[in-house]
Amino acid sequence: MSRIGTAASTRFAPVRAFFRRHRSLGIAVGVLLISVALPLITHIPPFDGIQSTNAWVNAFTTAAIYAMLAMGLNIVIGFAGLLDLGYAAFFALGGYAYAFVAAPYTGVHLPFWPMLLAGGVVGAIFGILLGAPTLRLRGDYLAIVTLGFGEIVPITLMNSDKFTNGVNGISGIDKPSIPGILQFTLINPWPMYALAITLFTLIMIMIFRLQDSRLGRTWDAIREDELAAESSGVNIVIAKLQAFAVGASIAGIVGVVNAAKLTIVTPDQFRFSVSISVLAAVVLGGMGNTIGVATGAFIIYLFQNILLKQINTLVENFNIPVLSTIDFLQFQYVLYGIVLVLMMLKRPQGIFPARRRMREFAPLKIGKRGVK
Amino acid sequence: MATASVTSRSTGRTLGALRLPTIIAAFLAITLGVLGIDQFVNAMTLGAIYALVALGYTMVYGIIELINFAHGDVFMVGSFVAMLISSRLLGNVGGITSVPLLIVSVLVLFVLTIGAMALVGALIERLAYRPLRRAPKLAPLITAIGVSFILQNIIQFFIGPTFTKVPQLVPVEWAIEISGARVPLLNLFVIATSIILMIGLQLFISRTRTGRAMRTTSMDRDASSLMGVDINRTIMITFLIGSGLAGAAGVVHGLYYGNTNSSIGFESGLKAFTAAVLGGIGNTAGAALGGFLIAFVEVGASAFGVGRWGGAIVFSLLVIFLVFRPTGLLGSHSGDRA
Repeated sequence: MSRIGTAASTRFAPVRAFFRRHRSLGIAVGVLLISVALPLITHIPPFDGIQSTNAWVNAFTTAAIYAMLAMGLNIVIGFAGLLDLGYAAFFALGGYAYAFVAAPYTGVHLPFWPMLLAGGVVGAIFGILLGAPTLRLRGDYLAIVTLGFGEIVPITLMNSDKFTNGVNGISGIDKPSIPGILQFTLINPWPMYALAITLFTLIMIMIFRLQDSRLGRTWDAIREDELAAESSGVNIVIAKLQAFAVGASIAGIVGVVNAAKLTIVTPDQFRFSVSISVLAAVVLGGMGNTIGVATGAFIIYLFQNILLKQINTLVENFNIPVLSTIDFLQFQYVLYGIVLVLMMLKRPQGIFPARRRMREFAPLKIGKRGVK
Repeated sequence: MATASVTSRSTGRTLGALRLPTIIAAFLAITLGVLGIDQFVNAMTLGAIYALVALGYTMVYGIIELINFAHGDVFMVGSFVAMLISSRLLGNVGGITSVPLLIVSVLVLFVLTIGAMALVGALIERLAYRPLRRAPKLAPLITAIGVSFILQNIIQFFIGPTFTKVPQLVPVEWAIEISGARVPLLNLFVIATSIILMIGLQLFISRTRTGRAMRTTSMDRDASSLMGVDINRTIMITFLIGSGLAGAAGVVHGLYYGNTNSSIGFESGLKAFTAAVLGGIGNTAGAALGGFLIAFVEVGASAFGVGRWGGAIVFSLLVIFLVFRPTGLLGSHSGDRA
C-alpha cells in the first residue's frame, strides 16, 4: 500500500493506476485471465486425473452460474441488509420462463438471447410482487416470508402439472445458438463456458457500478441505520424494493442460462437447499464484497462437487467398512449449516470482508478499547 | 396521551375477553357443521400439534425477538428421539393394551423426550444464539437458519430421507362413539395432552416468579435486568420450555401418525410460525389459537379437494396477516414495533 515499493511494484504502478481509473476494464481483464487460467490448470496433475478437461470446463460453468447467483443475492443481503431465504425461487422462475417458450413441451421455440433479458424481467416482476407488500415489514418477517415463497414456488411448479409437467419437469430445452456461426451442444462445453464467463463479467461490472451509484449509497445507509436513512429523506421501501428487484432479476437471468445449459428444469432443482447453498456462499465470502462472494461460491462449489465426490469414490474404492456406506455428498448440506453458524459466530464479516461490513460487525471491539 | 392509550388498551382487553370465547364457540360450531365430526376431530388433533410447536416460536420471539428457524427442526428431532426411546429403549413395537402399562410407558416417553429436547434447545441457545445477542439483527437470523439446516440434515445423513416407523402406543382401534361417529381415543389423547400442557404453560407464565421474569424480560430487557432479573437465565428457561414443548409435540406426532420424517420440521415449522403470527406473535394464548386455526384451514382445504394447495393457502395467510394485521388476532407484545 505504501508509496515506496519494490522495483516490481513501481514498474507496475502505471498499470495499476490505469485499472484503478478504468475499473470495469480491470474486472473484464481479470475475469478473462482467470477464465483462461482455470482450464489450463486442469491439465496439471493431480487435477487432470480427476476428470477430463471437458468435464472440468462444465464444472467451471456451473461454478460461474453459482457465483452469479451469489453476487445477486449479495445485493439483497450484503448491500441492502435484507435476509432473502427463498432466492432459489427466482432462479426457478427464470428457468421455467425459458423452458415454457423453448421446449417441445409447449411447442414454442423462441430464440435464447432475447429470453435472457425476459428471464431478468420475469425475476424482477416476481421480486416486486413479493417485495411490495412485505418489504414494509421488519427484516425478520421478510426472512420468513421469503422462506415461505421459496417453498411455495417449487410446490406450485410440482402441483400444476397441467402446465409444468409436474415432478418430471420440462426437458429437451433448446440450446442457445448464434445463427449461421455457432450452435451450442451438450458435448462441447466451451461455448456455454464463454457465455457464462461473459455474463459473469457483465453482472460484476454492473454491480460494482451500482454499488457506487446513488442507489448503492442509499442501500448502505439503510443497512447501517434505517431510521437515520429515512429521516434523511430516503424512501426506504422503494430502495429495498429496488435491491430486491435487481437481485431477483439476476437470479432470473441466471435461471435462463442454467435451463439452457442443463436442457431440463424440474421443481427438484430449486429446493430450499439451493437457497441455503447460495446464502452459505455469500456468508462465507463476506456479505457486501462482490468479489468475495463470487470466490465463496467458487470455493463451496468446488468443495462439494470435486472434493466430496473424490472422498466418495476414494472410500468406495478402498472399501473401508463403515465409511463406504456413508454418502459424503449428503454431508454437503450439513456443511452449509455449519458454514452459516460458524461464520456468524467466529467471523461474521466473511473471509473476504467488505471494508464497511468489517466495522459494522465489530462494534464490541471498539467498546473494549474504551471510548474517550 | 399516555392515559388515553392505557384506557383504550384496557377497554380493548375487556371487550376482547368478552368477545373471544363467543367467537371461538361460534367458529367451532360452524366448522363442526361444515366439516362433520370426523374431519373436525382430525383438525383439532392436527391443531393441537401445531399449537404445541407454535408456542415455542412465540415464546422465543416474545423474549428475544428472534425467529428461531431451528424450532421446527427441534420438533422433528424430538419425534426421532421419541421414536428411539420408544422402540429401542422401551422395546415397544405397537399398541399397549394393558392400561397401567400404557400410562407408565407414555409418561416415561414424554418425560424423557421433553427432557432431552429441552436440553437440546438450551444447548442451541447457549452455543449459537447467546454469543450473538448484541450482534446486528442479521447474524442470529442466519445462525438460526444454519442450525435448522444442520439438524435437518444430520437426521437425514444418519437416518435417511425416508419415513421411519414409530410405535403407536395408544392402540389405534380404541374408539368411542359420539353421536353416531367413531372417534379414535388416540385423537382425544393428543388433544387432551396438548391442552393440559398449554394450561400448564399458562399457569407457569402467569403465576410463578420465573414466569413473571419471562414476561418482564419480553417487555423491557434492560429494565428487568435493573430490577434484578437474571436475563440469561430467563432466556435459557424460555428455550428449555419452548423446546420441551416441541419435544412433546414430537412425541404426540409419532404416536398419532405412526411415522416420522426429517422434513416434517421444515413444513410444520413454517405452519406453526404462521400460527404464531396469526395469534399475535409473543402471545402464548394466541399461538395456541393460531395453531388450531391453521389446522382448520388445512383440513378444510383437503375437505374441499384442494388439499395439496394447503401449504400455499397457509403461506398466503401468513403474508396477508403480516401485511394487514402484524399484531395478529389477539395482539402481541412486540407486534407494535412491526
